[in-house]
Parts: sequence; C-alpha cells; structure tokens
Amino acid sequence: MDHIVIISVAVLGILALVSAVILFFVASKFKVYEDPKIDEVETVLPKANCGGCGYPGCRAFAEASTKNAKKEKSLEGFFCPVGGNDVMKKVADILGLEIEEKDPMIAVVRCNGSFAHSPNKVNFEGVTSCSFAHALYAGEGGCQYGCLGLGDCVDACEFDAIHMNPETGLPVVNDKCTACGACVIACPRDIIELRKKGPKDKRIFVSCVNKEKGATAIKNCEVACIGCGKCEKVCEFDAITITSFLSYIDFDKCRLCRKCVEVCPTNAIWEVNFKPRKPKPVVASKPVEKPIKVEVKKQEIIMETKKEEDSNTEKSEK
Amino acid sequence: MLTISGSPHLHSDNSTRKIMYGVVIALLPAMFIAVWYFGLGALKVILLSVGFSLFFEWFIQKYFIGGSLTITDGSAMVTGILLAFNVPSNLPWWMVIIGALVAIGIGKMSFGGLGKNIFNPALVSRVFLLVSFPVAMTSWPKPSPITKTLVDTITGPTPLGYIKEGLGAGKTLAELTPHLPSYAQQLMGQMGGSLGEVSALALIIGGIYMLWKKIITWEIPVSVLLTVFVVSGILWLINPQKYMDPVFNLLTGGVMLGAIFMATDMVTSPMTRGGQLIFGFGIGLITVLIRVWGAYPEGVSFAILLMNAVVPLINRGFKPKRFGTARVAS
Amino acid sequence: MGLLKTFVLGGIHPPENKLSANQPIRALAVPSQVVVPMGQNLGAPSRPVVKRGEKVKTGQLIAEAGGFISSHLHSPVSGTIFKIDNVMDMSGYRRPAFIIKVEGDEWMDNIDRSEKLVTDVNFTPEEIVAKVKAAGIVGMGGATFPTHVKLMPPPGKKAEYLIINGVECEPYLTADHQLMLEKGAEIVVGTKLLMKALKVGKAVIGIENNKPDAIRQMNELTAGEENISVQPLRVKYPQGGEKQLIKAVTRREVPSGKLPIEVGCVVQNVGTAFAVYEAVTKNKPLIERVVTVTGKALKKPSNLKVRIGTPVSFLLEEAGGLPEDTGKIIGGGPMMGKAVATMDVPVVKGTSGILLMREDASHRPVEGPCIRCSKCTQVCPMGLEPFLLSRLARTGRFETAEQESVMDCIECGSCQYTCPANIPLLDYLRLGKNKVGAMIRARTRK
Repeated sequence: MDHIVIISVAVLGILALVSAVILFFVASKFKVYEDPKIDEVETVLPKANCGGCGYPGCRAFAEASTKNAKKEKSLEGFFCPVGGNDVMKKVADILGLEIEEKDPMIAVVRCNGSFAHSPNKVNFEGVTSCSFAHALYAGEGGCQYGCLGLGDCVDACEFDAIHMNPETGLPVVNDKCTACGACVIACPRDIIELRKKGPKDKRIFVSCVNKEKGATAIKNCEVACIGCGKCEKVCEFDAITITSFLSYIDFDKCRLCRKCVEVCPTNAIWEVNFKPRKPKPVVASKPVEKPIKVEVKKQEIIMETKKEEDSNTEKSEK
Repeated sequence: MLTISGSPHLHSDNSTRKIMYGVVIALLPAMFIAVWYFGLGALKVILLSVGFSLFFEWFIQKYFIGGSLTITDGSAMVTGILLAFNVPSNLPWWMVIIGALVAIGIGKMSFGGLGKNIFNPALVSRVFLLVSFPVAMTSWPKPSPITKTLVDTITGPTPLGYIKEGLGAGKTLAELTPHLPSYAQQLMGQMGGSLGEVSALALIIGGIYMLWKKIITWEIPVSVLLTVFVVSGILWLINPQKYMDPVFNLLTGGVMLGAIFMATDMVTSPMTRGGQLIFGFGIGLITVLIRVWGAYPEGVSFAILLMNAVVPLINRGFKPKRFGTARVAS
Repeated sequence: MGLLKTFVLGGIHPPENKLSANQPIRALAVPSQVVVPMGQNLGAPSRPVVKRGEKVKTGQLIAEAGGFISSHLHSPVSGTIFKIDNVMDMSGYRRPAFIIKVEGDEWMDNIDRSEKLVTDVNFTPEEIVAKVKAAGIVGMGGATFPTHVKLMPPPGKKAEYLIINGVECEPYLTADHQLMLEKGAEIVVGTKLLMKALKVGKAVIGIENNKPDAIRQMNELTAGEENISVQPLRVKYPQGGEKQLIKAVTRREVPSGKLPIEVGCVVQNVGTAFAVYEAVTKNKPLIERVVTVTGKALKKPSNLKVRIGTPVSFLLEEAGGLPEDTGKIIGGGPMMGKAVATMDVPVVKGTSGILLMREDASHRPVEGPCIRCSKCTQVCPMGLEPFLLSRLARTGRFETAEQESVMDCIECGSCQYTCPANIPLLDYLRLGKNKVGAMIRARTRK
C-alpha cells in the first residue's frame, strides 16, 4: 500500500511542478503591461457605463484618457458628463494634468405640445416607439416636428432622469440628469438638447423645434414658435437667431435677462427656475411652470446647505 | 377621429383562443373513449384536473403575477385535459389537484405564463406525480365499457408494463404475447393505461381535425411515429424473440397521445420545419430507447421533456430557408 | 388549380373583398385646385422649374428630376401655380408641393388626346427610354421607382425576361384588373415598347386566376404575339411582390439584398405598361391614373381615372361620400397601404387605391403573449422569423437582427395578419429595419 501512496504523491507533485513551470513561462511571455493609472482613473469614474463620454464604458474611457494624457499631455476631448468637473478634476490629478472647468449641462426637452396645447387630431395605434411612429406619420397632434410622446428617451435614460408626464404626454427631465446625451441620440426628432444648466439652474430656452411657417405651426400647436422675430429684436446680446421660422437661443451668449420671454406672443420661450415676477402674473401663471416651481423650492433648500452639484453626483452614484 | 397605424390593416380571424379551443375539440373523441372504458372515474379525474387547472391559473395570475387574466384563452383548459389524459382513471382526487398545481404553478406560471414555459406543463406534472406516487400512478384499472359496470376496481398492468415485467422475469415473448390485447383492441383503446392514451383511433381522429384546422403541422407527429416505427422495427427484425413488433410499439402506451397532442404543443416545440423533424426524431428515438433498455416500461413523457429542453438549441440551429440565399450557400 | 404556378415560401390568403370589380373606369372631373407633391417617386424629390403665379398647361413640365433616381413632374391641370408650400401628403408629413388653381383644361399641343389605338412601335430603345423619362413615369404599383432607371440595366447586366405585373394581390383593389379589361390592347403595345427598350426577347404577363376574365382578355390580345405570354398564377398574397412574382413565373430567386436584374428579370406593373404606351405613342406624361375607391361602408365602390393631385375627399365624393362610421382612410391596399390623417391628401403617382375602413374594423385587436406557434415563420414569403426579429427589435438587439436578415423583410404584413396573439410584428420589424438601416448607413459613411 505504501508504494501506491508514494507513487500518487510523486505523480501529482511532478504534474504540479510541470504545470507551474509552464504557467510561469506563459505568464511572463504573454504579460500585458497595463498602466496602473488606468485602474486608478477607473476607480474615480462613476461606473455608470452610459457611454455619454463617447467611449463604450468607463474602462474604455479610462484607457483612452490615460493613453492620451501620456501621449499628448492633455485631456482635450475627454469629459465625463456624468461625473462632471469634480470627477474630471480627480482624473486630471491622477494623470498629473490640469483641466479647464466645464459648465454643467442638462437635457432640455424643447417641445410643449401637450394634449392641451396640441390636441390630438388622429389616434395612433402601434408599438410604443418614437422611432417607429416617426417613420409612420407626423404625430397625433399634427406637428411633424413635435414630441411623439412614446418615450424612446425614457427608455434610453440610464439615470432615471426623464419621465413621461401622463397629463401632458411630454417627457420631463428631473435633477438626476447627468447630461450623458443618451436621450438626445434616442429622440428621432432632435427635440432634446443638452444646454448649460445655468447659474443657480436658471436657464432660458425656446421650447419648440417647429421649422414650419408660423401659420402652419400655430394651427397644430398653440405654443409653437412662429418665427415672428420679436425675441431676436429685443435681445441685446445677439444670443437669439431665427432660422426657418424657428428661434434659437445660444446659451453661451444668453445673459438671462428674460426680455425675450416677455415679448414672445405664443409663450414658446421658457424661463426655468427664476423667481416669479410680480408685475407680470400672466407669465408666472403658465400651467407648465407649476411642476418646475416645486423643483425650485427643493433646490433652494439644497443650495442653502451645500452645492447642488455635489448632491447630484451623489445621487447618480447610488 | 381617424386612426393611424402601420400596415397591415387586416387581421385574420386566427386567435390564441381559437387555437386552444380547437385543441379541446380535437381531444373530445379520446375523452369520450376514456369515459366509455374507464367510467365515471375518468370523468371525475378530467373534471377535477380541468377545474383546478383553471382555478390555479386564475389564482396565481391574480395574486402572484398580475397582469391581465388569461384563463378564458383556453390554454389552462388544454393543460388540464392533457394532464388528466396522462394519469390513471382511479387516481385519488387530491393527487389530481396536486398535479394541476404542479402543471400550472411550476410547469407554466413559474416561467411567466403562457408562451414562456420551456417544458410541456402537463408532462412536467405527470412526471412529478410518477416519481412522487409511483404506485398510484402505475395501477391501471382494466377497461370495461361503461354499459357493463360503473365502478372500476380491477387493476392490471399496461401491455408495455406487462412485457417489461415478463421479460425481466426471464419469460420469452412467445409466452407473453397471447395475453396481450389484439391490435383492434389496442386501436380502440381496450387496454390498460392512462385514461386518454389508450385509443389510438380517437387520438388520430383528433390529430386529423387539428391538421385540417391548421392548428398543427404534420412534421412533428409524423416524425415521432415514423421514428418509433422504424427504430423498433429494426430491433424487431434483429431479434423478434426479444423485441416487440413496431405496430405494437405504435399503438400502446403514450406514443399516439404524445406525438399528436403533447409534442405538438406550440410553446414547447421548435419553430422551423427542419427543427420540428429533428425534434420528432429525437422523441421517437428516446422513447424506444427507454422502452427497450430503460427502467420504466414507457418513456414518451421523458422523451418529450428531454427534447423540450433542447428546443432553444434546435431553434438556433435550424433556420428557415431564407429567400434568395440558395446561390450564396452553394 | 393546384398545378398553377405560384411562389414557394410562405404566403397567405386574406379575404379578397374586391367590391369594385367590374366597375368600369370612370373619368373623374378636374377639381378646382390640385396639390402636386414634389416627392412622388422613390429617391430624390423633383426640383421645381416653374414659379409661383406662373401659368401652366396640362402636361407641362413643372419640376425636373432631382437626381439619378428621380423623375420629372408635369402639371396635371391647366391653370396658375397658386403657391409652392408644404402640404400633407400620403407620407403623413407636410412636404413641398405645388398648389395649382385650375382654369379650364388646356393641354400642351404635342399631346395626342385621342383614344385611337396606336400599334406602331418603331422606336429605338434610346428613344423609348428618353420618352419614358420625359413623361416622368414611375412604378405604378405603389413602390414608385422611376421607370426609366429600371429600363437602363447597369453595365454588365442583361435582362432576359420582362414580367408584367397584373397580379394585384392586395385585397379590395381592382384598378389594375379593370385596366387590363379596358385597356388590354394598349397594355400589350406598352409591353412591346418595354421589351424593345430592354432588348429582351420574352415577356410574361402574370395574372392571378381570381381574374379569369382578365386572363382570357390578355390571352386573346397576345394570341398573335410569339414573345408575349400570359401566365395564370395561383392566388396567394404577396404574389405582387417583385421577388415573389419572379419566383412564381421564372422559378428564379433574387439573391438577398440584390435587384431583380441580377437574375435577368425586370418587373413592370400593368399600369406602368399603359403609362409607357401613352407616353411613347401619344407624348402624354404621367398626369392621371386609375384609382380604386372602395370600402365596405362606401355607397359606390368605383374605379376612377383621376388627375394626379386631386384631393382624396374629391374622389370620395364621387364614390358616394364619406360614410359616417369611417375609422381609417388608407392610401393603397389593406395589407401594405398607409393610413392617412386627413381626407385632403392628394392622389399621387403611386396611389393605387383609397380604402375606407369602418370604425370597428380600424382598431388593432388586443395583443396577447406569443405562443410560439411559428405561424409567422410559416407564412413569411422571405423565409424570415418574424417572432424572433420582433423580439430582437423590442429588446434593442439590432446587431443580431441584422444577422437574422431583417433587411430582407418586404413589409408585406403576412406575419402580422396571421399572428393568433395579435402581436404587431410588422411594427417591430419596421422599427428594426429603421434602426439597422441607420446602422448600415453609419457604417458606410465611416
């Protein structure tokens, strides 16, 4: 019996030794050098793997940014929209570089064609996909530029930041938005735009993308931009341009004076998170402003305690 | 207000409900034979099984899964009848209820309901009962037309069980065959067995009805029956003293019921013609293997369940012939 | 019957409901205003060559081809260009269109308006193609592919067969059927012209045998012609699909992703053949067409000859007015037609029919869970697996959908028609095609 034990131990021992030697050679021959900084960068990234930076996941972003930092000595073109400036600062620190701060952005839905403003003219039956409906027809309200309300943007969002409002049939962005841009790509009608969040979340934008003549546009939706040009004239900062009957506010030039909001005849220009004006109750009593006002209060409370961006990133990391 | 939708703007009068009730109609001849030979016991089992299948379907959907109720679509009724067809007519009532719970609860609803189950629910339940209550599930009442007696107390083995037992005891086929029912009796269903599987004729009538109504296609039943016939025929030719002839193999046990009603279950069978043929071939082969060399006298249920498990693979491997690909392939 | 030819894979038999069969073609009066969309063909829209306020005559060129795959456009009426504006067309979108106020009916001088049959076909192929192009003819079956492009096979490819599509497999529609009965001789001349243009030696007119009178008529008319034969076909939808028709007539299969010329075939609709006849022998551009106006609740289902640009409401007026419980207006047939949002959309070159559905028939049945019955796979004429493709589209796995050849789908709707669980399979397949198409375009751009 003894020799059986010895033989088995010997056989297994030799086998283990041979395997170990093979493994050692293989490991050293096929060793892939990986910059340890890639791992470091990856740990500070939000790990949402949303692709908002343009790379397929956080790991790919870490690899690409580390490589680029080594080669070009800059982080130009690399920005994690989810983590924002804080995360990018950490990434830059790891890579030993400086970065310019970017203004925080947010997704903005530029359509106000709710059931009330743009009543249904036809009844749609089919799959709930904007992409499909877009190929089929103009839309229930008749506006061929407006929101179809079938929620491709909601499906695309990884952060639970955009939801359909069943009362209006339009998507609403909440403060979980990280400006990753997934909804912008998902929307077949380019209604959603990434805009600057603005100081204290104040922003002004044209909530319409209808490029048709004013008469046609207003026929389908009472809050459409008719391209009248009043806002363009009143703007002192050249922030507003009108192309094919549609006004657009350049958020880099806009100083938030709110004059355009006052002159807009169809209430197509929105101001968000401003304090309601006392002398002009007409604007303040816009029905669509209601949910936003609630949001303002919430954010003001947060702002008193600490910077609201911190709270945002914390939430998105959860 | 006008409606906008994508084409087509027509729909055939086909519906899930129509298909399911079509299957129920196709099962009626076999049900009649079951009641004829096994009496009120059979009727009791069928009613219990259908009733509780419907009840569990409703109960689970209402309190566990949610969503719209589907008990009216007939699928639970089909499962209930098939379950009853797969058990002896003298099975205790509480076993039938357990069977219905297993069929609907484990076989169907645990996968998410109609269309999502991998295994045929009725067979899952039958196999569950078979391994849990082997005695009750294998004491078959002797058939006698309802006109003669109303109570079935005499039990005896199925022809397949009789052969298996006899061969195991060292007897030869020549000694055993005289005690078996004739082919005509087998065709009509005058033999021991689960209550719905006995009459090949009634099952074939149901199968023809389903083919006519385009509920099933010929591929699965034909390939199952042909495989059983050919494989058992080869064995019989090799040694007629040891292996039963192919006609006997076709007419006894659950082959007919399995080939026509169980294997053709849409949810658990492959999607393409080639896949269906392979599926049927596999069922036939495994059935004969179990009958000849397995521990159980009958193997149709196991064969179908085993093949159910590989259906996703078959679906992946057998694609329909795509239009315009012939030249590319060659 | 079983011996008749048809295509092999799949196919369905929807109820035919040819309500307007044997209704003679009636010429509809010219409305007071027509709307002529600029994009009436597959491919690039036409470019306008007239301005607002200009006077135009019937048959005058108002827009020229806007690219290689594009066609000319002619004024269907005489009058003044009132406006060039965006108008809702069959696509469901407002697109650029001419709005023409009608004044009288003054035709261009070179158009022969007589009904006299001209059988002289002494034209060179180049002349025929040039005339077809000048007349702005597009495929009249509904696909609206510019005909002159089809008549010029790419270098290295040779057409052997010309197949004239008289199948009209869509339920309800009878326009082609009636055209064959009334203008059979003209269609035969048109066929000869097309054969000449394509330099093919053989033409087959495919007709489903639910139209025995048309088969008889065309057989008589082609009795003296050696090279033209009539092929009766077993009734099966979608036999009018180009690829299915080629398979049914010649047993050849157009390879996946390729054009019919790959197997030496060119398919033209009977309506196109008729338009070619008029264009070549009479210099008449494509400014009117036969439209079936039909529906179960409609008083007078009819086959109407209407000018392009006539609003649908005008056609319905002629057919007995819009019934009250109309729930859906479809441009085209019930299987592949498009539901339109208003009655004001104009008839375009590809409008083969206007179909009204009653309110109760306009809604989709409630969707149930897939029971994996594989009926969709059985009926798919392209050998696809709609259940799988729809699931892939639903879950966003478009790469896999591409591998499973979603782009081969011809959108015939057989799968959705037959699905017992009422799943909107074609909706999902279209979604998949949209997304995969975008993916392919993005790849080729790179």
